[in-house]
Amino acid sequence: MNKIGEELPGLYVHVPFCRTKCPYCDFYSVTTPGLVEAWLEAVRKEAHLYRESFPAFDTLYLGGGTPSLLSAGELTKLMSCLRAQFTFLSNTEITIEVNPDDVTGEKTALYRDLGINRISVGVQSFNEKELLYLRRRHTARQAETALDLIRSSGFRNVGIDLMYGLDTHHDSASSCSWDRTLRRAVAFQPEHLSCYQLTLEEDTPFGKMKAEGKLKPVGEERERALFLQTSQFLEEEGYLHYEISNFAKSPGFTSRHNSKYWRHVPYLGLGPSAHSFRDGARWWNPRSIEKYCRSLAQGNTPVAESEILTADQLRLEALYLGLRTKQGVSLETLGSSSRKDSVLKELRKSRLVTLHDGIVTPTMEGFLVADSLPLLFVD
Amino acid sequence: MPQIRNFSIIAHIDHGKSTLADRLIQYAGLVSDRDFRDQILDNMDIERERGITIKSQSVTLPYKSRKGEQFELNLIDTPGHVDFSYEVSRALASCEGVLLLVDASQGVEAQTVANLYAALEHDLTIIPVINKIDLPSADLDMAREQIENELGLDSEQAVLCSAKEAIGIEDILEAVVERIPPPSGTIEAPLSALIFDAHYDPFRGAIISCRVFDGSVRPGDVIRLMSNGVTHRVEEVGIFRLTREPTGKLSAGSVGYIIAGIKTVSNTRVGDTVTLDSNPVPSPLPGFKDIKPVVFSSIYPISSDDYPSLVDALEKYELNDASLVYQKDSSIALGQGFRCGFLGLLHLEIVQERLEREFDQSIIMTVPSVQYRFTLKDDTTIIVDNPQYYPDPTEIKGGEEPFIKASIFIPERYLGAVMKLCMERRGVNSRFNYPRPGRVEIIFDMPLAEVVFDFYDRLKSITQGYGSFDYDMIGYRESDLVKLDILVNGEKVDALSLIVHRERAREWGVQVCDRLKEEIPKHQFKIAIQGAIGGKIISRATISAFRKDVTAKCYGGDISRKRKLLEKQKKGKQRMKMVGSVMIPQGAFVAVLKADHES
Repeated sequence: MNKIGEELPGLYVHVPFCRTKCPYCDFYSVTTPGLVEAWLEAVRKEAHLYRESFPAFDTLYLGGGTPSLLSAGELTKLMSCLRAQFTFLSNTEITIEVNPDDVTGEKTALYRDLGINRISVGVQSFNEKELLYLRRRHTARQAETALDLIRSSGFRNVGIDLMYGLDTHHDSASSCSWDRTLRRAVAFQPEHLSCYQLTLEEDTPFGKMKAEGKLKPVGEERERALFLQTSQFLEEEGYLHYEISNFAKSPGFTSRHNSKYWRHVPYLGLGPSAHSFRDGARWWNPRSIEKYCRSLAQGNTPVAESEILTADQLRLEALYLGLRTKQGVSLETLGSSSRKDSVLKELRKSRLVTLHDGIVTPTMEGFLVADSLPLLFVD
Repeated sequence: MPQIRNFSIIAHIDHGKSTLADRLIQYAGLVSDRDFRDQILDNMDIERERGITIKSQSVTLPYKSRKGEQFELNLIDTPGHVDFSYEVSRALASCEGVLLLVDASQGVEAQTVANLYAALEHDLTIIPVINKIDLPSADLDMAREQIENELGLDSEQAVLCSAKEAIGIEDILEAVVERIPPPSGTIEAPLSALIFDAHYDPFRGAIISCRVFDGSVRPGDVIRLMSNGVTHRVEEVGIFRLTREPTGKLSAGSVGYIIAGIKTVSNTRVGDTVTLDSNPVPSPLPGFKDIKPVVFSSIYPISSDDYPSLVDALEKYELNDASLVYQKDSSIALGQGFRCGFLGLLHLEIVQERLEREFDQSIIMTVPSVQYRFTLKDDTTIIVDNPQYYPDPTEIKGGEEPFIKASIFIPERYLGAVMKLCMERRGVNSRFNYPRPGRVEIIFDMPLAEVVFDFYDRLKSITQGYGSFDYDMIGYRESDLVKLDILVNGEKVDALSLIVHRERAREWGVQVCDRLKEEIPKHQFKIAIQGAIGGKIISRATISAFRKDVTAKCYGGDISRKRKLLEKQKKGKQRMKMVGSVMIPQGAFVAVLKADHES
């Protein structure tokens, strides 16, 4: 149950289906549409298990996988079962991730009817060569058509996902190509932009290519330049660089759902591989749709693993999560390390963070080294 | 009564000393083949890993000779590093003979010669043994010729063996009983026993390893340690057969152990003479030296919370290592710790490793120093072994530093390179001896500070292992000494300061800055490292910042994984010391003195 005055939790539903697998993506998904029915039934059962401990939410995020693969009937069934088990506040932010090639007038109308008010479009690039390289199923043209369609259906909160730092160009070319992609994206005036630097994750085809030496990361200096180029360009366009990879048209358009992750607000994740958090405990479901469905069919919770975080672990998370956002961290969160003051002094001198009213906020340069900043504050 | 023979094995490094010892033990049947661990005598982890023997060990082997006589053979193992040359000399003093091992393919090398001289000094019977005869590259004629010409020994007398393949082991044992004289000494005379080793047992206290020259000792006797006059009642005596075996009595000629309720090994000095309180010998055995530490460094816990645990660990460690001395110390950069004295840099590294492994301490050791002497304007003299206490320069009338007489044995072809090294290290007053054609002994007077850190390593590398080195302290000499301070991002790190000769100050400054540049990992910001004398900067290096490490995504499923990664990195960081805003790896403090990148 929620304590009075506490921010409501967010609900995440993992839709683990894709038509084809993208070689860079390490989210869990399968390419067997035949399992959708079983998955829907399992999600219904899982939701039921949590109806009392998580009665109400003010954000819902349908992520994947490819949620836009779900048919009208399937998505309707999902939404109605969620609404049957849980209460969603009237202003609930409801996001769905879509692939441009799935977007049709019928789909967007359906989304509106189901109460979905935020659409995140997986465009990745407006460069055909890059789209091929990333093995996306759509063309740049299709992405533009999809965005137009979404806008004309009346969606007032649209996000575009983009990706940079690809190995497809020479240095200057990659910067030019990325600049063109950014310009075409902002031409739609999206309320939200997520710009991800390509990470060659282990256990992905790209990761394996990296291990075999067939694919190289573009290198520290190049990555830095692209990051700064992105931030600078989008800030000039009026966007708020509020998290390492996220930009909002105005403070009201930051992702309310994702922001919960970064502030230790409770969240419940349904579906295979989904993570949940509450009261210092985190638990997650197996990365296997079969295992997930089997557990629920047997009436068990599908939890694969869980952990109870110690105060130190919570502080460490708060520290690194906070340093990834413009919210920053309080001086208290920085802890009582004997070196805190001299570290802070050095970081401010090097313009990696700023300090205002007891809040330490990373600068752009600080964002760039956000993975290791926390280590300076732990003993 | 079985007859006794006391002997050691001496060899150049890697010529198979430990393997031969193992074979002799196996032959004697002290251990079943199944239980056999290679190199049984080196029983500390560090010894196994580094392949060196640090402490002496002994073992008593039963042997029935071809003539059918029963023997007890006492094999005394010797440490193999110049830091422990005193222990070697005491082990040799406990023997009547040695097996001098020569590798059949490598032939005679530097330490073979140095070891031979050490054995000759003690008038020991020398049995040359040619080892590794099973190797395809074995060259027996060459080995024989070198034994004849380089060592001046009768090569006809050399025993052939392969310790690895257990060939010739019995021949060696026969040579030991036939050629090495039995120990002399009389059982009726007052007890006189030489301590050549001591180690600590948590239940029994100090276990003294000794060679009894005269008299006998049994439980209930009151023994006296002659260097300090302390007395103890004997609880147990016996011999080592891999484990201790009580015998009720140790008599003239034998090698064994004495347990006498001695709480720490620091009272049991290697080289000391044990006698009976009721019937003491008039004079101790010759050769006792109170070995004094020559290298000083401070030990600090990486996390200041661990200070009490370090106190405890040092108290326990001290029980087992009589050579370590320590007292409280403190540093602005590092907090509370201890100033310690060591026999040499290897000893220092061993102490560091053992504190970490056996006592689970996370420590850093500060830049090592020798002991300097300063005369102040008011004519008082102070001793400084910690650069922190370098006096106010305006108060100094004169400084002095310890000098040694270094004697270096090398094949003649390395003369130029070794001379150059010695001159670089401020060697003066060189003299030469030509003990044999092709071989040179170079003698130099050198400042201890210049040889103590990496001189031996450098010498070995310059001479491809053929150089051997020994030294004696010859007292203090005047020296123009200055304090070199190191600043990291503008902050003086007292634990990195050194006292150096003025003429070498710049070189040291450059070296320390360069080494720190290699040792300190890149940070999120630029790090300036500067060397300074007084207020004047004399050297600098800059560690550039790493400028990007952030990963793009961090959502619900990434948070735990990312935290675990940070926790792992944090663990790695425990081997770093935060000095101001900079993380300095624990090894950096000692590493700055090792000029192993010198050309």
